[in-house]
Amino acid sequence: MLRDKRTIRSMVIIPMVAFPMLFVVIGWAQEKFSGEAEKEVSLVMVYGGEDSPKVVQALRDFPGIQIVPYKTDARQEVSDKTIRALVEIPAGFDASSGSSPANASIDYYDSDTRSELAKEKLQKFFDDYRVHIAREALIARGLPTRLLEPFTVDAKNVAPPAKVGAAIFGGLIPYLIIIFCFTGAMYPAMDLTAGEKERGTMETILTSPVARTDLVMGKFLTVVVASVTTAVLSLLSLGITFALTKRGMFGGAGSTRQISIDPAALVGVVVMLLPIAILFASVLLSVALFAKSYREAQTYVSPLIFIVIAPAIIGTLPGIELNWKTALVPILNTSLVSKEIIAGNHPWTLMAAVFAMTCVYATIGIVAAVRMFNREDVLFRV
Amino acid sequence: MIEAHELSKVFSDKKRGDVRAADSISFRCEPGQIYGLLGANGAGKTTTLRMLATILSPTSGTASVAGFDVVREPAQVRAHIGFLSTATALYDRLTAAETVEYFGQLYGLDSATIARRTSEIFKTLDMEEFRDRRCAKLSTGMKQKVSIARTLIHDPPVMIFDEPTNGLDVMAARSITDFIRQCRDRGKTVIFSTHVMTEVEKLCDRIGIIHGGRLRTEGTLDDLRRRYAKSNLEEIFVEASGDGR
Repeated sequence: MLRDKRTIRSMVIIPMVAFPMLFVVIGWAQEKFSGEAEKEVSLVMVYGGEDSPKVVQALRDFPGIQIVPYKTDARQEVSDKTIRALVEIPAGFDASSGSSPANASIDYYDSDTRSELAKEKLQKFFDDYRVHIAREALIARGLPTRLLEPFTVDAKNVAPPAKVGAAIFGGLIPYLIIIFCFTGAMYPAMDLTAGEKERGTMETILTSPVARTDLVMGKFLTVVVASVTTAVLSLLSLGITFALTKRGMFGGAGSTRQISIDPAALVGVVVMLLPIAILFASVLLSVALFAKSYREAQTYVSPLIFIVIAPAIIGTLPGIELNWKTALVPILNTSLVSKEIIAGNHPWTLMAAVFAMTCVYATIGIVAAVRMFNREDVLFRV
Repeated sequence: MIEAHELSKVFSDKKRGDVRAADSISFRCEPGQIYGLLGANGAGKTTTLRMLATILSPTSGTASVAGFDVVREPAQVRAHIGFLSTATALYDRLTAAETVEYFGQLYGLDSATIARRTSEIFKTLDMEEFRDRRCAKLSTGMKQKVSIARTLIHDPPVMIFDEPTNGLDVMAARSITDFIRQCRDRGKTVIFSTHVMTEVEKLCDRIGIIHGGRLRTEGTLDDLRRRYAKSNLEEIFVEASGDGR
């Protein structure tokens, strides 16, 4: 198996090299481009404000914003992304008081990061300017400025880093593990069945005194080992990549938040993964054996990935929880139970139920694979 | 010894319904004898040999190979045969030595026996030069030698060859026919299917002409010549096949 380039590629190269590189590149690109956007001086047009020089001047002095001359098609320019935002200052803005508040407005282009950043800067400007006006009013009336801040609030995170990690990765890790498990099993399963038929080695091995059940079990164990190895290597690789390139992968969030995943939880997830790897191996062997060639096997096996991805994705959605009903649904149950384990929860009865149910499905899969190997019309399909 | 009695195989086909690929085939092949199963493509040769090798199970009838029943004792049958055809390929990713060792293990031989037999076979077939080369990198002739070594590792008393020279060049085909002759000389029971008349004339002690799944006639070449009053095997074959156009 280790001499097969395709298996090595899917089992080792992709998880250990390609995925880390992908994350590093994505992280680097994200940091570079979002960093550039944050550093950009936002070009803003101002409509009105002729009778309110103070606010206009304050805006002109605000860092990160550059006012450009107003044009009548200012909104279009925001849409065309030639300027980032349009600020409308109503008449009498400077003269307005608390009893008759003025209403300034900001036009920006949602979904354009640079325009959204400009809007945030402008909102910050108006918040600061509001406080500035209030402070001047208090001083003019001889009142203490601390009235502006009668109290302060401190927010403290009480969640341990593992729980924060669970919230971020709880859905992602089971999803990735399930996908890796499946893709890790795909190539060896096709190679050991349709591939062997195509190359003529299947008939050679059938002439040996080895029983067909032993033959299918040998192939099956090989596929399971490939599947679990791919998933475990992928997890390791992602963990190492995450540890080494926290900033690159997750932008600023990773550097300021203490995130960790309990290694015991990961071991628990790998244990729950075993029956699903067995299920994948048996189903893939049965399906791929039916094909006459590797190429034909690919056309049968490739659509299965959607059947695997769908419950894996559903398992990541908020609101979908592990209960006695979802525990019966293959793949979804493993996804949900893994999510619970990573979150540090151990609903032992449900965990046992999921493990048992997946073992039942896996056993059905193995029986199906053995039966397929004993069908002459499948082995010698022309 | 191979004894086939009323051996039949019916395949279900969605378009054609039930197809009798082999129909009540009976013959006997003794040790030290080469039995040639002569037939056109689709005559039922491969199906018959696959039933003898227990790769396919017969729909009806029975056969015994090396004293074991193909239906009741398939593993014993396979342990006592060497099966070679152009359809039985080698694992590209194993070396010549690994291939032979792997099959030795599948036949339940211990490592000392595998090492001794491998060494003997590799010397006899002059394979030492490429013993550690992967099969994917071998020439057709070298691959044939590895296939022969694979079938010989457990020293089986019965050899089954299904069109073993199909698609081979003259030299590779000649090495196979030489090998088949050597098997007979060593007292093995040999059954050999082909559609090449000259190979049958050169090699076979007994000939069975198969057509449409049925064994139309059988005997020694002299028997057949007398029976059909023809000296040319091709003409005998055409007449026996019932297709004398």
